[in-house]
Amino acid sequence: MSILFKGRSKGASDTRVGYLQMLSAFFISHLRQALGSLGELWRQPAASLMTIAVLGLSITLPSTLYILVKNTEKISAGWDQASEISLFLKEDTSAARAQQLIARLNTWPEIDAVTFIPSDDALKEFQHLSGLGDAIAYLESNPLPDVVLVSPSEKHASPTAAGILLEKLKDQREVDIGKLDIEWLERLYALLDIARELVSLIGVLLFVSVVLIIGNTIRLNILSKRDEIIVMKLVGATDAFIHRPFMYTGFWYGLLGGLIAWFAVILILWWMDSSIQAFASLYQKEFNITGLSGNALLLMLGLSILLGLVGSMISVQRHVRDIEPQ
Amino acid sequence: MIKFEQVSKTYPGGQRALSKVSFHIEPGEMAFLTGHSGAGKSTLLKLISIMERPSVGKVLINGHDLNNIKRRQIAYIRRDIGMIFQSPRLLDSKTVFDNVALPLIIEGYTRKETAKRVHAALDMVGLRDKARSMPMMLSGGEAQRVGIARAVVNKPPLLLADEPTGNLDPKLSMEIIRLFEDFNQAGVSVFVATHDLGLIARMKYRTLTLRNGQMITDGLSAEDEEAWQ
Repeated sequence: MSILFKGRSKGASDTRVGYLQMLSAFFISHLRQALGSLGELWRQPAASLMTIAVLGLSITLPSTLYILVKNTEKISAGWDQASEISLFLKEDTSAARAQQLIARLNTWPEIDAVTFIPSDDALKEFQHLSGLGDAIAYLESNPLPDVVLVSPSEKHASPTAAGILLEKLKDQREVDIGKLDIEWLERLYALLDIARELVSLIGVLLFVSVVLIIGNTIRLNILSKRDEIIVMKLVGATDAFIHRPFMYTGFWYGLLGGLIAWFAVILILWWMDSSIQAFASLYQKEFNITGLSGNALLLMLGLSILLGLVGSMISVQRHVRDIEPQ
Repeated sequence: MIKFEQVSKTYPGGQRALSKVSFHIEPGEMAFLTGHSGAGKSTLLKLISIMERPSVGKVLINGHDLNNIKRRQIAYIRRDIGMIFQSPRLLDSKTVFDNVALPLIIEGYTRKETAKRVHAALDMVGLRDKARSMPMMLSGGEAQRVGIARAVVNKPPLLLADEPTGNLDPKLSMEIIRLFEDFNQAGVSVFVATHDLGLIARMKYRTLTLRNGQMITDGLSAEDEEAWQ
């Protein structure tokens, strides 16, 4: 395209190539610049590796935290249904009335099973488990109440349904205190919410810093190629053409940083696996930690490349424009 | 080809480089621009290649007012103008071939076409066998000729040169000017700024002279005067 001289044959168009050929020439030129940028990184391995490592490790931290939160959610999901309601009966409740209550509860459709723990049994169990042993024998009377353990049917085991059932049970005359052992789970959920927010927050902060670091690295690249950029502008290179190698540098930073993050996550999970197994065995649970799924991995790589591109774009827009031939 | 209409240029800070310059160079013409250092020669050439914009007045190339050219279009304007400088401004990290090929790569020529044209351009300046050399290995005159090859490799209709012989001895300078004559013979308009009056004196080309930013003769009137005498 010539603005000043109509009809002056320009560029690839004067050899009368087809659109397909022009398209392929376009991709070849991109490929050439992409590989050129990669070669440039290769020629300065130490400096490149440091930038890539910063990017990779900055993505590793939020990714690992994300995996931990995801796995904690998975564990707690298994416990969600196991809610059990403990009913502590009033002290003056006789054994007969307790049996009446149990018979009554057994007819409720919301309830799956009812277990009665008389206060004497509870004391014995406590004596056995607490390790206080004979000390308990000195008590004048049994301080423990009778307890009825209620397991809701599957339909009513969710935290909200179980909560409604609890209220209903508390209204029974014999019941002193009702306790839903799901409360700790709700607290865990609240904690997980905080953790999730922390993950996003740390992620955002690290991502912003990555963009700034890449931007600064590219800025130094641009300044070191000042002479080359001036010559290119003098012989008619468009801004887009001058930007492209730097954008590809950002792309490579992102891709390689993402791969480093991936390896780092795998390494961290492998490192933590034994301690997680030890933790899980305390709960007599078989538990395998889930790593990044295929989608999450692609997302991580995509995000990493995006950060590289955004960083270089900001820098290129600002600094290439400032370099003009004098 | 190049037309200046009452062009003035004042740099930020108030330094006046050109005042009310008008002239016209025809298509296919070869002309010289002379004057002392600081007379405004470089500024005048920079206005043609849009490295600077005029404060007042119009610069036209082939009838197109450069004031209407937007920033984004400047790159395309420069593809129509071959530019040569006092120092050849080669990229030291690239071979002679790659230096000359740069304008073609920017315009998206195929590899085959690029190689053909680069060799033709190096042939013209007599450096065909130096294609694989690095710029550091070249002599001053050779480097300048590589710069010229780069300027003409995409066959621009207009060639601008700013002190192209400034660093060369008289013999090499003459070789460079002969090269310009060859291009001019091929139909390229050539406009050369130089303070080397001895060089121009031996040739019968139109000479425009600047003094303190004013055009004291545009060559045409001088010839008219000669015709009178």
